[in-house]
Amino acid sequence: MSEPRVGVYVCHCGHNIAGTVDVQHVAEWAMGLPNVVIARDNKFMCASTGQEQVEEDIKQFELTHVVVASCSPHMHEKTFRNACARAGLNPYLFEMANIREHASWVHPNDREGATNKAKALVSAAVHRVVHQQPLEPMKVDIRPETLVVGGGIAGIQAALEIADAGYHVYLVEREPSIGGHMAMFDKTFPTLDCAACILTPKMFDVGGHPNITLLTYSEVEKVDGYVGNFQVRVRKKARMVDESLCTGCGTCWEKCPIKVVDTVWEAGLGYRKAIYRPFPQAVPKYPVIDIENCTYFKTGKCRMCEKVCPTNAINYEMQDEIIDLEVGNIILATGYKLFDARRIPQYGYGRLENVFTSLEFERLTNASGPTEGKIVLRDGETTPQTVAIVHCVGSRDRNYNTHCSAICCMSSLKFAHLVMEKTGAKVYNFYIDMRPLHKGYEEFYHRIMEEGATFIRGKVSEITDVPRTPEEEDKLIVVCEDTLLGRQRRVPVDMVILAAGLEPQADAQEVAHMFGVGCGETGFFIERHPKLDPVATMTEGVFIAGACQGAKDIPDSVAQGAAAAARVLGTINQRQVTLEPIRASIDEERCSGCRICNNLCPYNAIDFIEEKGVSRVNPALCKGCGTCVAACPSQVITGAHFTFEQIMAEIDGIMIDVLSDRPVVEAV
Amino acid sequence: MSNQKPKLALYWASSCGGCEIAVLGLHEKILDVAAAFEIVFWPCVMDFKYADVEAMEDGEIDVCFFNGAIRNDENAHLAHLLRQKSKVLVAFGSCAYGGSMPGLANFYTRDDVLRWVYFDSPSTDNPDGVVPQKRVDVPEGELRLPGFWDTVRTLAQVVPVDYFLPGCPPEVSSIEAAVNAIVSGELPPPGSVIGVDVTVCDECPREKHEKKIKRFYRPQEIIPDPNICLLEQGLFCAGIATRAGCGAKCPQVGFGCRGCYGPNEGVLDHGARILSGIASVLDADTEEEVEAILDTLPDPAGYFYRFHLPGSLLRRRGRTNGKRQPVGEAAVHEPA
Repeated sequence: MSEPRVGVYVCHCGHNIAGTVDVQHVAEWAMGLPNVVIARDNKFMCASTGQEQVEEDIKQFELTHVVVASCSPHMHEKTFRNACARAGLNPYLFEMANIREHASWVHPNDREGATNKAKALVSAAVHRVVHQQPLEPMKVDIRPETLVVGGGIAGIQAALEIADAGYHVYLVEREPSIGGHMAMFDKTFPTLDCAACILTPKMFDVGGHPNITLLTYSEVEKVDGYVGNFQVRVRKKARMVDESLCTGCGTCWEKCPIKVVDTVWEAGLGYRKAIYRPFPQAVPKYPVIDIENCTYFKTGKCRMCEKVCPTNAINYEMQDEIIDLEVGNIILATGYKLFDARRIPQYGYGRLENVFTSLEFERLTNASGPTEGKIVLRDGETTPQTVAIVHCVGSRDRNYNTHCSAICCMSSLKFAHLVMEKTGAKVYNFYIDMRPLHKGYEEFYHRIMEEGATFIRGKVSEITDVPRTPEEEDKLIVVCEDTLLGRQRRVPVDMVILAAGLEPQADAQEVAHMFGVGCGETGFFIERHPKLDPVATMTEGVFIAGACQGAKDIPDSVAQGAAAAARVLGTINQRQVTLEPIRASIDEERCSGCRICNNLCPYNAIDFIEEKGVSRVNPALCKGCGTCVAACPSQVITGAHFTFEQIMAEIDGIMIDVLSDRPVVEAV
Repeated sequence: MSNQKPKLALYWASSCGGCEIAVLGLHEKILDVAAAFEIVFWPCVMDFKYADVEAMEDGEIDVCFFNGAIRNDENAHLAHLLRQKSKVLVAFGSCAYGGSMPGLANFYTRDDVLRWVYFDSPSTDNPDGVVPQKRVDVPEGELRLPGFWDTVRTLAQVVPVDYFLPGCPPEVSSIEAAVNAIVSGELPPPGSVIGVDVTVCDECPREKHEKKIKRFYRPQEIIPDPNICLLEQGLFCAGIATRAGCGAKCPQVGFGCRGCYGPNEGVLDHGARILSGIASVLDADTEEEVEAILDTLPDPAGYFYRFHLPGSLLRRRGRTNGKRQPVGEAAVHEPA
């Protein structure tokens, strides 16, 4: 092979890089690196002029390898690979040096240091790139079926979009019914239309859709495979009710003698039976036996539901069913968990009886809730005369969650409206900042102010039942600093509603691990790009929608559900997906069959070939993570694009002293 | 010259002498060696003086089998001398190749070693506190000792080496292969290890399965199943990462491979490869479980780097501003 000819391009990125790094100097210096035949700096490498420069130089200087020193490969690796490909150079003969995130942005006050670091990074890329090999991407067929995990509004929307487009969807929901949090709400802001009225038609559409297989009371246990060909194992928990016989008539739960506090759908305010349907509009309509509380399962006696069932649908012998699915894409819409207000003891939730959470209030005011929509105190009869609504409970607070939960301002305004409308009570809103951001929200805020709600700007420090004055007797006193008045206030009220924040689901980490996605600092799933790719993840074929990605309200959840569906439909219509050729391979001639690698692969891509006594990587399953490459004790597993030679050359390249151009570590 | 037998030299630097025995282990084939070569320097077996070598022409020796690591000035002097006088220099055995046992001193400093040997060891009787000096004046004149190095080096870290013959000691079959290659002139490219490029597992007849190690055992603690991979049974075995060529003799008799043939072809750091291989199959989910399993492996650094510390990427234990960082068992012997 003839000598390599490397082109180096150092990007200014406007002031992003050039403001700190002396890019011109880096480019001039790079001319002296081995094999470099041309080095240039450029204001914006990602602009068409920058890309065209690379293409022209590849032809004019007969470049065999290209290095662009600019931003993160997450941003523009594809851009420059494509530019190389257009000029006839295999895109894997391109290497990127990240001198923005790794140099200029992290050393903004050290021009010399950042410049030296940029030189070292460029040197690493130049040393590495000449060892890179041309690679050809692999194409695999995409299965048209999709798995949607979570049957809240985001999952429902995603499932319907895909099913309506003519492709099959498996919708898996952990609870006995779909509907999610939205099904528990009474009204929705800012239009005040009834949540059930707008949600239940969609739920019924899902339940009856020919393209949707609805798996409620089910959980995903295992995910294997890769984009286009995921194998998913679902455990359908035993309902003890035969869905093919049950008509949902309700006789069983009417006659069931066991009452259980319903902590899920009634937020602990109401009861359900041991055999129950979560709420009247549940989809599917079939009940489920709560075997923890069922007398028959506890003592072997009762069987009341079996006796009264007119269609003999009760089956106490029913076992969990394991269902194996094959899907091409996955949408995670696993939703959120409400912040546990008990974590803020000074707010008294759980101790002071008339302190309610937002979800409890939703149930109180819901016509199908425990009070049939009457807003009353915990005693079940007294109508409050004064109500305090505390915003940002557990949100925007470094002691609990730093993030804004996005929905609490608006739901608090909704609560204020409902309280005033139904009880005529005086309402105080304690807020830090009002953030009615979306369409119609600001108008709703003004409407509630005009309706007479009082707004006090200040974070509540305490809610107490210890009076200081006669007016405070038998009241809850909300203590806060009114930052507009500049003084401490004590507001006596009958009822307090805590607008609890939204948190990631308790098992978000495990779910993330199972599906190969990441969790961010706040614990929500990480999107591929916060602005430009909000529903994709770093794992091809796995998308996220709704509050599992971050706190958001119904319109945003619906939009994300639809967006994720659009992404899935896009890949289905491509029929094939292109896989990165970056994957591991085993030199079978040199594999000694020690089997160290066999159970390490997170994608189960390694098989042991018994008759040859060697291990083998299935290239379609391998994602190139490098686990086996690092573990192989005889070093006969190679990661394409991350070969031993490439990595060592990169290290040699970065280990030069940019001041003297000599290796940092001299031989012993 | 063409009618003359090629000239052979053998030298013993910092090593145990086992390599010399290994040459004698050729038994009657030693006569073939003697028939094929003219032995011009072999101080272990016959009386030669360094001056004899110094008097030779450069390149006069056709082949030199050099065993032992380089840990003092005398070793280094002979390495340079024999390099100069030899056409082909072979690093013979694990000490010359990777540093081996003498190289484990690189987990310590020269001061540590001297302090232990001349003061702290329980068997030391040195009331006058005598320590060896490079030179000392006595009535008869000046006496000299070779300088004792802080860092043990491999032969190749001191002079260019043509071929490496691993093993502690190299197996007779390996020596025969090397001798035959030299006699026939069918040598691999200079810088090569003379041997195969698979690991001991390839030659080991034990059944291998997917591995999960729950704890390690010392050989005296269990009687291993005779047919199953020793590592799977919790016996430390470096065979997964060690170049084959020995016929897997140790694992076949129930003793885990110690790693004497060094790293597989292309591997820079033998210890790191053993470590990453074994660490990958520890049956642990938490850091505490990992610690608990590793607690059953005494002196992990010694196990992993037994034959190849100076020749590894690590080379030796780090020194930072005179503060010693304890490494494995080394910490136990840290002088107060």
